[in-house]
Amino acid sequence: MRHHHVLHVVAKMVIPLILLFALYVQFHGDFGPGGGFQAGVIFAAGLILYGLVFGVDRLRRTVPPGVVRGLAAAGGLLYAGVGVAGMVLGGAYLDYGVLLPDPMAGQHLGILLIELGVGVTVAAVMTSLFYCFAG
Amino acid sequence: MDAFLGYYNYWIVIALMMTGLYTVAASGNLVKKIIGLNIFQTSVFLFFISVGKVSGGTAPILAEGWTRYSNPLPHVLILTAIVVGVATTAVGLALIVRVNRAYATIEDDEIRRSDLPDSS
Amino acid sequence: MIASHLPALQVVVPLVAAPVCVLLRWSRVAWMVAMAASLFAVGGAWCLLAGVLSAGPTSYFLGSWAAPWGIEYRVDETNAWVMLVVSVISAVSLLFARRSVEREVETDRIHLFYTAWLLCLAGLLGMAVTADAFNVFVFLEISSLSTYVLVSLGTRREALVAALRYLVLGTVGATFFLIGVGLLYQVTGTLNMGDLATRIAQLGPHRTVTAAFGFLAVGIAVKSAVYPLHTWLPNAYAFAPSAVSAFLAGTATKVSLYLLLRFLFTVFGHEFVAGGPVPVLLALTGVAAVVAASVAAVRQDDAKRLLGFSSVAQIGYLVLGVSLLTTEGVAASLIHLFGHALMKTALFVCLGAIVYRIGSARIDDMAGIAKRMPWTCAALVVGGLSLIGVPLTAGFVGKWYLVAAALEAGWWPVAAAMLLASLIAVAYVWKLVESAYFRAPSARVAAARGAPFSMVAAAWGLSGANIWFGIDTSLPIGVANRAAAALLGG
Repeated sequence: MRHHHVLHVVAKMVIPLILLFALYVQFHGDFGPGGGFQAGVIFAAGLILYGLVFGVDRLRRTVPPGVVRGLAAAGGLLYAGVGVAGMVLGGAYLDYGVLLPDPMAGQHLGILLIELGVGVTVAAVMTSLFYCFAG
Repeated sequence: MDAFLGYYNYWIVIALMMTGLYTVAASGNLVKKIIGLNIFQTSVFLFFISVGKVSGGTAPILAEGWTRYSNPLPHVLILTAIVVGVATTAVGLALIVRVNRAYATIEDDEIRRSDLPDSS
Repeated sequence: MIASHLPALQVVVPLVAAPVCVLLRWSRVAWMVAMAASLFAVGGAWCLLAGVLSAGPTSYFLGSWAAPWGIEYRVDETNAWVMLVVSVISAVSLLFARRSVEREVETDRIHLFYTAWLLCLAGLLGMAVTADAFNVFVFLEISSLSTYVLVSLGTRREALVAALRYLVLGTVGATFFLIGVGLLYQVTGTLNMGDLATRIAQLGPHRTVTAAFGFLAVGIAVKSAVYPLHTWLPNAYAFAPSAVSAFLAGTATKVSLYLLLRFLFTVFGHEFVAGGPVPVLLALTGVAAVVAASVAAVRQDDAKRLLGFSSVAQIGYLVLGVSLLTTEGVAASLIHLFGHALMKTALFVCLGAIVYRIGSARIDDMAGIAKRMPWTCAALVVGGLSLIGVPLTAGFVGKWYLVAAALEAGWWPVAAAMLLASLIAVAYVWKLVESAYFRAPSARVAAARGAPFSMVAAAWGLSGANIWFGIDTSLPIGVANRAAAALLGG
């Protein structure tokens, strides 16, 4: 697809918007519809579009598969880490109320971090799925 | 007539479910089997989501002027189930890619035939 | 402080260890992480069991959300027992796995192998500990998906096909389970098992509940390989890496059977189940399994496949015990569940050690292997005797109680089928023993050496346990009786 100038230009314009929208969905998740799952998939869609238009090899150089795999694991660890932090601070597993002195603020922080972990893992897993099948 | 139309969501679910199951059972092509599996799972997702609808209710986000909301719990459950479904599809397709490399076919009966001499 | 969090930690520790394995990338370290997580689970399950036996069931609320709304983890005699069995089998299989996996899996994938193993362990423990019906589905799929991956890593290409067939059947089964959960949620509006039980009892006879029961039962039956939904099992066990066969044979179907018990007795309740055709249906599939699968086992040439069919037959025994719907029957099933996990894992570990040395699991290829691998083969014989149900082995205890429970319920044809199947078991175990001890070694066998120490240790650990629990039966029988009484009483 090297010679499709229209595709290249449009993709370059659209991809930052897709990534931005993903971040919006990610961090708006505690006020309205959204959250880590959706945001992760949208973010990965931006990366996959890049891979489709500019070639998988360029995407691999931008986002190396090893890094993607590491991020997938790190997101899971962030999720579990927040859960364990709740335990260490005297609550139950995944009890966000104890994360901060103010339980409401704690709930807020907890769900943001949890969803961040989910989002990172989902985006990384979707991207590595694309790598697996793109050959 | 109402007994039929009043339950239209169930009829759609059942039709999709049977389509999916039939494809899983009857198709010899492994990719089609996975597609059938997807349709089968999707029918269950639809079932859950239609169950969560409260008639006259709006989307479950607090809003002025609304007192009646749809049940969000089935949606959350199905979000998880969709992720499970994606994972299953990915594992299935990855296996098919490797089957294709090992057998040079993705037809069930050809795989069976090529395994016959050395399988027990 | 840790003690109060143990129900959650049982799942969290392997679940955290899995991504750690991905990040560390070093196969030896990944093995150590997996082993540490398994040993932690063993210790945790032991403490939970001891706690339950002395102080009764405990509940843990994830995120501190109270029961019907939040996810509850509930530990009672039955699932503490199942978790102990699962984690012990995982630890012992890992002891065997280190050398075996280095041979059978590519080096740069070994850390991912242990990641999948840990996810599978987390899923199995989660299925056991959770008291939330939808949470069960999630853990079921976590363990299943990692199992498909583990099976597909076998050395022969048939492993891929076996994994794919397992994936298709397993997903259909899990989706059936999901439909059942959905129907139950639709009529009761709850997912918590205790809450479900109260509301189902209040509803009385209800068509949706009956439909939900059907879907749940079929879904669980696929997962636990209840005859005739067992077709995925023999090939999956035969072509999976040796360590995976050992791990799965002792755990996966056991946890699914636990789910069957949980839904039959805790969620739907004794009256609901006893009123329908369920006991007869379960008994019929059980009898068909013990007879037909035992006969099929005799006809196999591949030792791992033979053991796979034998597993289907043993699951039939467990189902028969459950189908009696009596405290004695359920207790006998729980005793045999433990015994079968010990003996089948012992046998798969011994076979895995033989495969490690001669590179084949065909019965003809292992002719005369006993001269080269005397310790491994002796452990194999002990496991085989336990499988038949010879006195002074764990297998005997389980079968004895099963037959006694069947006779007490007046189901003498069931007892007769169990005894007949034990005779057939003599035939297929003899096939292995005859080949290993009474045939002249082939060139390939003559070149083989004894198995590595870690493998022999794992094999004898399990075989020794088979003998130990055949003589000192107080632990399994005591726990099983209390668990069965709690299940049927509450």
